[in-house]
Amino acid sequence: MADLKVDLGKGLTLSNPVMTASGTFGYGTEYADFMDISRLGGIIVKGTTLHHREGNPYPRMAETPSGMLNAVGLQNKGVDYFVEKIYPDIKDTATNMIVNVSGSSVEDYVATAAKINELDSIPAIELNISCPNVKQGGMTFGTDPKVAKEVVSAVRNVYSKHLMVKLTPNVTSITDMALAVEEAGADSVSLINTLMGMAIDARTRRPVLSTVTGGLSGPCVKPVALRMVWQVSKVLSVPVVGLGGIMNATDAVEFLLAGASAVEVGTANFINPAVGEEIICGINEYLDQNGMNSVTELTGALIV
Amino acid sequence: MADLVVESLTTMPNGQYYRLILRGESPLLDCRPGQFAEVRIDQTDVLLRRPISIHFVDKERNEMWLLIQKAGKGTTALSSIQRGNRLNLVYPLGNGFNATDNDYRHPLLVGGGVGVAPLLMLGAAFRNLGVEPTFLLGARKALDLNELDEYEKFGRVFLTTEDGSLGEKGFVTQHSVLSSEKFDGVFACGPTPMMKAIAQYAASHDIPCEVSLENRMACGIGACLCCVEDTRNGHQRVCADGPVFNINDLKWQI
Repeated sequence: MADLKVDLGKGLTLSNPVMTASGTFGYGTEYADFMDISRLGGIIVKGTTLHHREGNPYPRMAETPSGMLNAVGLQNKGVDYFVEKIYPDIKDTATNMIVNVSGSSVEDYVATAAKINELDSIPAIELNISCPNVKQGGMTFGTDPKVAKEVVSAVRNVYSKHLMVKLTPNVTSITDMALAVEEAGADSVSLINTLMGMAIDARTRRPVLSTVTGGLSGPCVKPVALRMVWQVSKVLSVPVVGLGGIMNATDAVEFLLAGASAVEVGTANFINPAVGEEIICGINEYLDQNGMNSVTELTGALIV
Repeated sequence: MADLVVESLTTMPNGQYYRLILRGESPLLDCRPGQFAEVRIDQTDVLLRRPISIHFVDKERNEMWLLIQKAGKGTTALSSIQRGNRLNLVYPLGNGFNATDNDYRHPLLVGGGVGVAPLLMLGAAFRNLGVEPTFLLGARKALDLNELDEYEKFGRVFLTTEDGSLGEKGFVTQHSVLSSEKFDGVFACGPTPMMKAIAQYAASHDIPCEVSLENRMACGIGACLCCVEDTRNGHQRVCADGPVFNINDLKWQI
């Protein structure tokens, strides 16, 4: 049995490198029938905003070749509801419960992060400056290094625990974005959020999604994600969390080899609700088979 | 989540519907009428599971029946599965019909097309409660209406077809039984226009009415929020808060 522990810094230590991606795992409780969710390295709960959001109209989902588009639009009941109603139910889950914080203005991000900062059992936030499904803000914060720096710095001032920043792949230079948020005080970065795409129904001549465009995820985005994790991990000092189309342990190992210290599993949870646990076991087997003592040996071990 | 073994696959005369009978290797989990299963399709270009409503559960034989329409890539691929193959299901999902909520004495079960699927199990449940349900099943043509002997085991069966090839000609909402008898509960599953029409009938006669929705889903367990319906309580998840809704909770113009 190899050592699966990963230290992402600033108080965020994972029992293993496998976390579940925001928006794909609810608040964890939805999956408790299928696996021991406390075995996960972390659970990144549904994107939380300052105010209640109803999200986008139906239809919000389209299956595409080896992937899916979603346009949920950050439906959530707002941070106060989270603090009062959801947090008490999840705070004793024996893993890292991380809150994905989203917003449409710097003030919103700051106010939300400040409220989450008060919650003892939340060791980290994942700052979502990359959601493609909200009309204002969201992704715009993640496509301009200057704006990204501004929002991350502002949140840094009010948030004292581990600050992970989630990056969008919908940019010209992912390294410029990563360097900007690192400079602004991010303790880690996670990438990639979904790729913006669309689906059309030729029969009706209409878009499939109510919002026309949406975020693409699943196995089809993995090559793009691997490339970006590899590029970013080469230039950053802080740890990189890799995600994008991870369906099994081999995919997760590939992200670690590319330079990620930990991974997030997203779309795969929809197909196999016990996949997180299987990936943890599979990484351990890979380490044993390759005579490695610690999962940290895999990070960036790509032979080029 | 469990693997079930394919006991049989029967293609219906219209060539579009097929019935899968799946056998559990361990006792099947308890299912309520109106609940569904997320079926994994082992084909590389079909990524997501497919939500399929539970047609019937034969507890003695430890078998689950699914009635499926070849509607797209996934359900077409599934139609070539062989006896003895294993199928991975996440089940039972969703809330199901509330057959026991009220003391129904004269329930009407209305189905259209492949939407008849969950009504067989619902009819059996009413029968177990000592109530004889009335089935009103509609389709385009006679070939689309199958397994009528199965429904007749549990209640009376009335039929409509659009071309008049079986039962009364027209839509279910035009059937004479709706005006000749008084029902105290309506349970519907089928195409949305049909369900809206039947909801209108129920509302105008002041009869409680539940309908089963089939919005496109990803996870099926309430996590992804893709399948929401805009209800009087905001966006509700069809997979976890439904798929069965009371028409009073929906924003349908009826």
